[in-house]
Amino acid sequence: LVLISILGLHCEYFTRTHVNYEIKGDVAVIRMNDPSVNTLSVQMQREMTEVMDEVWGNSAVQSVVLISSKPGSFIAGADLNMIQACTTAEEVTLLSQEGQKMFEKIEKSPKPIVAAINGSCLGGGFEFAIACQYRIATKSKKTVLGCPEVMLGLLPGAGGTQRLPKMLGLPSAFDVVLTGRSIRPDKAKKMGLVHQLVDTLGPGLKSPEERTIEYLEEVAVEAARGLAKKQIPLTKEKGLMQKIQDYVMSYPFVRQQIYNTVQKKVMKQTKGLYPAPLKIIECVKAGLEQGPTAGYLAESQNFGKLAMTPESKALIGLYHGQVTCKKNRFGTPEKEVKALAVLGAGLMGAGIAQVSVDKGIHTILKDTTLEGLSRGEQQVYKGLNDKTKKKSITTFERDSFLSNLTGQLDYNGFNKADMVIEAVFEDLSIKHKVLKEVEAVIPPHCIFATNTSALPIKDIAAVSKRPEKVIGMHYFSPVDKMQLLEIITTDKTSKDTTASAVAVGLKQGKVIIVVGDGPGFYTTRCLAPMLAEAVRVLQEGVDPKKLDSLTTGFGFPVGAATLADEVGIDVAAHVAEDLGKAFGSRFGGGNIEFLKSMVDKGFKGRKSGKGCYIYQPGLKRRDVNTEALEILESYKLTPNAAISSDSDIQYRLVSRFVNEAVLCLQEGILANPVEGDIGAVFGLGFPPCLGGPFRFVDSFGADKLVEKMRKFEEVFGNQFTPCQLLLDHAKDPSKKFHK
Amino acid sequence: MLTTNQSSYDLFCFILQRSKKEKCTFHFHNTTVNIFVAKSKKTLAKPGVKNIVLVDGVRTPFLQSGTIYADLMPHDLARAALQGLLNRTGLPKDAVDYIVYGTVIQEVKTSNVAREAALGAGFSDKTPAHTVTMACISSNQAMTTAVGLIAAGQCDAVVAGGVEFMSDVPIRHSRRMRKTMLSLNKAKTLGARLSLLGSIRLAHLAPELPAVAEFSTAETMGHSADRLAAAFGVSRLEQDEFALRSHTLAKKAQDSGLLSDVISFKVPGKDIVSKDNGIRPSTMEQMAKLKPAFIKPHGTVTAANSSFLTDGASAVLIMSEEKALAMGYKPKAYLRDFVYVSQDPKDQLLLGPTYATPKVLEKSGLTLNDIDVFEFHEAFAGQIMANLKAMESDWFAQTYMGRKTKVGAPPMEKFNSWGGSLSLGHPFAATGCRLVTTVAHRLQKEGGQYGLVAACAAGGQGHAMVIEAYPQ
Repeated sequence: LVLISILGLHCEYFTRTHVNYEIKGDVAVIRMNDPSVNTLSVQMQREMTEVMDEVWGNSAVQSVVLISSKPGSFIAGADLNMIQACTTAEEVTLLSQEGQKMFEKIEKSPKPIVAAINGSCLGGGFEFAIACQYRIATKSKKTVLGCPEVMLGLLPGAGGTQRLPKMLGLPSAFDVVLTGRSIRPDKAKKMGLVHQLVDTLGPGLKSPEERTIEYLEEVAVEAARGLAKKQIPLTKEKGLMQKIQDYVMSYPFVRQQIYNTVQKKVMKQTKGLYPAPLKIIECVKAGLEQGPTAGYLAESQNFGKLAMTPESKALIGLYHGQVTCKKNRFGTPEKEVKALAVLGAGLMGAGIAQVSVDKGIHTILKDTTLEGLSRGEQQVYKGLNDKTKKKSITTFERDSFLSNLTGQLDYNGFNKADMVIEAVFEDLSIKHKVLKEVEAVIPPHCIFATNTSALPIKDIAAVSKRPEKVIGMHYFSPVDKMQLLEIITTDKTSKDTTASAVAVGLKQGKVIIVVGDGPGFYTTRCLAPMLAEAVRVLQEGVDPKKLDSLTTGFGFPVGAATLADEVGIDVAAHVAEDLGKAFGSRFGGGNIEFLKSMVDKGFKGRKSGKGCYIYQPGLKRRDVNTEALEILESYKLTPNAAISSDSDIQYRLVSRFVNEAVLCLQEGILANPVEGDIGAVFGLGFPPCLGGPFRFVDSFGADKLVEKMRKFEEVFGNQFTPCQLLLDHAKDPSKKFHK
Repeated sequence: MLTTNQSSYDLFCFILQRSKKEKCTFHFHNTTVNIFVAKSKKTLAKPGVKNIVLVDGVRTPFLQSGTIYADLMPHDLARAALQGLLNRTGLPKDAVDYIVYGTVIQEVKTSNVAREAALGAGFSDKTPAHTVTMACISSNQAMTTAVGLIAAGQCDAVVAGGVEFMSDVPIRHSRRMRKTMLSLNKAKTLGARLSLLGSIRLAHLAPELPAVAEFSTAETMGHSADRLAAAFGVSRLEQDEFALRSHTLAKKAQDSGLLSDVISFKVPGKDIVSKDNGIRPSTMEQMAKLKPAFIKPHGTVTAANSSFLTDGASAVLIMSEEKALAMGYKPKAYLRDFVYVSQDPKDQLLLGPTYATPKVLEKSGLTLNDIDVFEFHEAFAGQIMANLKAMESDWFAQTYMGRKTKVGAPPMEKFNSWGGSLSLGHPFAATGCRLVTTVAHRLQKEGGQYGLVAACAAGGQGHAMVIEAYPQ
């Protein structure tokens, strides 16, 4: 009989693949080890419940430690597939309620549970941790806490909206839940989210990662014992500020004020386009004002509702897309790029240098003048120094990163470069001159990448002796902030060159789309018609501020007029002219002469201090540039009332963008809709709540979009003619870009 | 009587059919004679290379900072050590070709403390002196600089040493305040001066204190030591035991008069000091009561198992063998091969001995078994234990040091048997000379042939030196 029961135990042990535990004296150490990534999957939850029941039932166990065996993560979050597999809100609500019940049992555990956190502790994992009685986190750079659900259009659905206000107080709780930001361990300790911090360890008798987890476990086991013996108190004496805050918050009137303020702020920032933050406020409010039962119910029901919204689906789509675009679909390059040379120390060149040196790539920054070089090196220094002020790197790290940078005016050392990225002025003859100069000094394996936003790569490569080594790398300004990198291959570019460019981009931390060659590639090509339309709208007498509010009201993070100022009116004029030549009247709309007049007056946008707006250093408020309005006056058009409502203007802008994107897919410039969506959102600020042009067509309906475009087409002609692929989708509603 | 010269070894080896390694102890007419059997090398003398010898070494008593030395200046202490060396050796002051001195926390008034101390100690003003700094191995650097000068044929007699004075450290005005004060010097008009004075804010008055922290990582050394101990799984108990061992052995050595390098020093206005005052053998129970000093609440490094802030100075006389013999000295030891190493200042800050030991042994063609006397600098008990574990680990040697096998940990009976920095004290830049002099004295007393000095230092650096006993 004993034998059987032992065998039975063994079987049970071996059927568990995600959770196991070990009894260390009077402490049960529960280890989570999902074969892939620790998520709160169905399997993980089932095994966790089993294990917890066993632990609670074991009288020898006085306390519990919960830890992950994975070096980089505690629990990365809930299993998104589990939520996506649901077809109704009710199913998702049920998932949420199961999570709530499980964590309630954890919270009420008679045996203290210590969450020992190393690596990402996010979403459901974070909710699990805050349900435990005590939290210890490592100071590892990989350790982050937070509830990013809001960024996926969801809310923390397993008690997060209920527990956090009690733990942190209303203001901090709203900050954590509504921003979804990642909280680093030191900050978490200050906020009171974790009780104790553990240092990461260096080399010892085991690998640092392995030993750090072991050490964390040792410290956690000691803490668990202390808690069980009541040597460590569970509640901390509240500070004076905390007491005052609690006192103030005890007045319903004060709380109501906070709800209102937060609600207003959310509305201002989201224009009401994102439902999740509003639902979160609702849940928090329900919990605090009507009690836990109502709170938990509101949480689970709203979680279900949110999961079914197109906004959430769009954001989750973007999340998956981003993961895809952080992989190299061209394989590992033959030779790793260790030495990089960047030509041109302008905004772009210096930005590229900055994101390279801090990844350990030796980078030469070459310019033609000492002033230009000095400005560029200062930009790199400032970029890194700002990080030391935010404490994300130390001054020592800054210095050691900067030691990877060599600023120079000549081609010295280019004979050892593995890749050259040129970021010189956007002029074909200058690019040709540079390419010839560079090819004379670089080794045979060296890749020549050109950073251009519109010039076709094959035109640049035309003078190359080795076109298979020439590729386009279109960075977005400011390079250290913008996540997207658009890589452009010509039909001559070799696969290894592409793989190498993608590898460099990934190392630089970029989200990458790889597109075919053509005027404006993908991103610039989509943006140009929209900006042409924006100019026309301005000419029709719409105020720049109004234009901005129409675009941001649609979900663009930056208004069209502001965007033009940011990109540069001169660049816009340049691109509009080039692409206008390439694509003809389809790219028409606003009058290019207006842009040229602006440039002539010196209104080149933010960089020159004046564009559509007037920019004054140190001043946040921007006034409309009245001189620009005067110029507009001479290009005035009469609007057609039938297609000039606010909504019409929005769709005129967006439909031209979307149609051009779909056309890029149709023509094979884009490899797939995922990259199209990622490029549009991360490079151009296409509304994230819509998930990108392709997801927008899917959710809005191709037929409805075509209908709108036909209406505009009647007035403006071929600028609004839907492309064939869009028409195909309009004809057959079962056709979707995303499954 | 038995003698321990070379031919008797060979004879014994033959008779006993014993070839190796282990130390045979014979009792003969109530005298203990240690015979060290079969070294890998009979001597480390190399043809064509000058033999460089340690003639003698002295140090002031090492005192806890803020005690009897509190009112001195660093060069006063250094002067005491230098004068002590002159007294001990009877060296004519003008026989010294050069003086090299180490210091870590610099007194800005005496930035070349070597020169100030030498002048004050009555050395000829024709003897040049310079100061070196390399954290806790500063006086090692001073000694090897001396060795270099002699080996290169530039000098014959060099005094090396080191001083550290923690009772007074430079505390500065804030950078903003300094800037204002410097501008004040240049301000021409009263108005300009007043406006500068007016720009001073209360916050600018906050002083800048020096910390025993790495500049590169901003981590204090104790914190790093605690992490190092944890990385190697060194327990609090092991650390306390080692610290207790250090204090117990130091006490024994002090009581039995083994610490003969200590000179008496008449402190102006105070009594004569002739003993280290940090040796306090405690009990395990007492030590267990202490709270962790750096990592709270779960750290293992405490005030009791760390070296304490110390004032002290040391000095040694290094000469070419010919010169020493010509001057009628009987040298104490040969200074042989040495190495400096450095590694990651964050996670391997205090692992210098682990890296330096196999390297210097390899250089001199010895193995760990050839070494009769080990003197390692004890910064923290946890640091020593971590180094011993690292040296005992094949995995560590292969993974981090690019070596095929471990070097092995020194046997404890040969290790720091007269106490160490934990108990005797650790005036940063004075410790190196103490280690070398102690090796020489222990080799004489215990009758071994080879000794090894190893130490870690801030910056993730380390040092080791092989010392050979001078034939008696």
